Amino acid sequence: MAKIIIPTPLRKFTENQSNVELNGETIQGSIQELAGKFPAIEKHLFDDDGKIRSFVRIYLGDEDIKQLDNENTKVENDSVISIIPAIAGGIL
Amino acid sequence: MSDSNGVSFSKEELERYSRHLIIPDFNIEGQRKLKSAKVLVVGTGGLGSPLLLYLTAAGVGTIGIVDFDVVDETNLQRQVLFTVDDVGKPKSEVAKRRLSALNPNVNLIVHNTQLTSENALDIIKDYDVVADGTDNFPTRYLVNDACVLLDKVNVYASIFRFEGQASVFNYKDKEGKLGPNYRDLFPTPPPPGLVPSCAEGGVIGVLPGILGSLQANEVIKVIAGVGEPLSGRLFLFDALTFETRTLKVHRDPENPLNGKNPSQTGLIDYDQFCGIENGNKSGIKTKEISVGELQELRQNDADFQLIDVREPYEYEIAKIDGKLIPLGEIEGHVNEIASDKQVVVHCRSGVRSAKAIKLLEKKYGFTNLYNLKGGILAYADEVDTSLAKY
Repeated sequence: MAKIIIPTPLRKFTENQSNVELNGETIQGSIQELAGKFPAIEKHLFDDDGKIRSFVRIYLGDEDIKQLDNENTKVENDSVISIIPAIAGGIL
Repeated sequence: MSDSNGVSFSKEELERYSRHLIIPDFNIEGQRKLKSAKVLVVGTGGLGSPLLLYLTAAGVGTIGIVDFDVVDETNLQRQVLFTVDDVGKPKSEVAKRRLSALNPNVNLIVHNTQLTSENALDIIKDYDVVADGTDNFPTRYLVNDACVLLDKVNVYASIFRFEGQASVFNYKDKEGKLGPNYRDLFPTPPPPGLVPSCAEGGVIGVLPGILGSLQANEVIKVIAGVGEPLSGRLFLFDALTFETRTLKVHRDPENPLNGKNPSQTGLIDYDQFCGIENGNKSGIKTKEISVGELQELRQNDADFQLIDVREPYEYEIAKIDGKLIPLGEIEGHVNEIASDKQVVVHCRSGVRSAKAIKLLEKKYGFTNLYNLKGGILAYADEVDTSLAKY
């Protein structure tokens, strides 16, 4: 099963799990599966048109899916998917 | 980069920097480059403290310090430049004094001001490298854009709770190939209130020490021209799991500053770009009540309800006896919120309570909710100074 690493700011939507195992065959399928398990995370990843938000990057291994096949990028059993959010600082 | 020809060292300097001078790949050439370099450090906080300490110790010739804030008690958990005696004093001035004592050979320039679209180009233009140690999206985009427009390297790091990011932006390699910048990674910031704000976030005190030190190391590499700077790569560190990742970052043809069809030739209004209007950090409009008005309601025993949407661990630090319903649980407790009288909702600074009110108004039709302006922090400042501020 592929693993998706949840960044700290979104862990409150995944019951504090730092990674989740998924069966999806593509990035799209994997993230939909994640959103199915944890519905509250969806609006943080997708805009109203279902597109990945511009302050979130999705990576397969060390490569940005935009350099691969975007949401249709194939996911293997041993793939590691990362969600990378913009963070500004922990100090205010 | 500034010219390092003709740079010389006193005996005291040669001794001070001897551990650099005996590294074969660094040696006196690297040290000359450091001495002739000008670095601007934006922010003297969690990231800025280790950055400034290490760059000063390392012998960067000229260091600019930008900060407009004063030291407060909550800084001391991570901002290692400052001591108890510094509380209440301007950070940039205190930093200068501390750093001068560390290395009197360094020319320290204080910019005791907030970096803005009006002054950023003027301040940054005199430096070779900028290190971004800021804590908010508007200033991050401002620093990035100014560096791209002025052709300066921007050494970046950012932190949240136990997690840090670092990269080197706008770096030209030895073949003259320009690397990506912050807008290639994140074209636009999250709208206010969508991701947990810094006020809700917190940060473990050592983490900015780690990331700020990595930044200082990248600054030194960029100046000395040694090694492989973290350009075109994003370093991630999770201090809880001790997992690190280094991901690739590419230039984006859509980048408005230097993509295929650049549309932005100057600095813009970054508060507006980040969705912050008139200093309203939540970006949410609600009915408001001041801490003075709340105090009157309490003194007059008025018939109203006070709801506190913070977390239990915050309630432990300071409370004004509101009913505690954390923001994330509010929908499960809607029936405990009065609809027939005035309800004041508060959090730490007013962002989460605004979110709670928006949700309750939109989804459950409440019309009697008032946001406590400035939250419990303002209450501690203006009404009850015995409350701990955090």
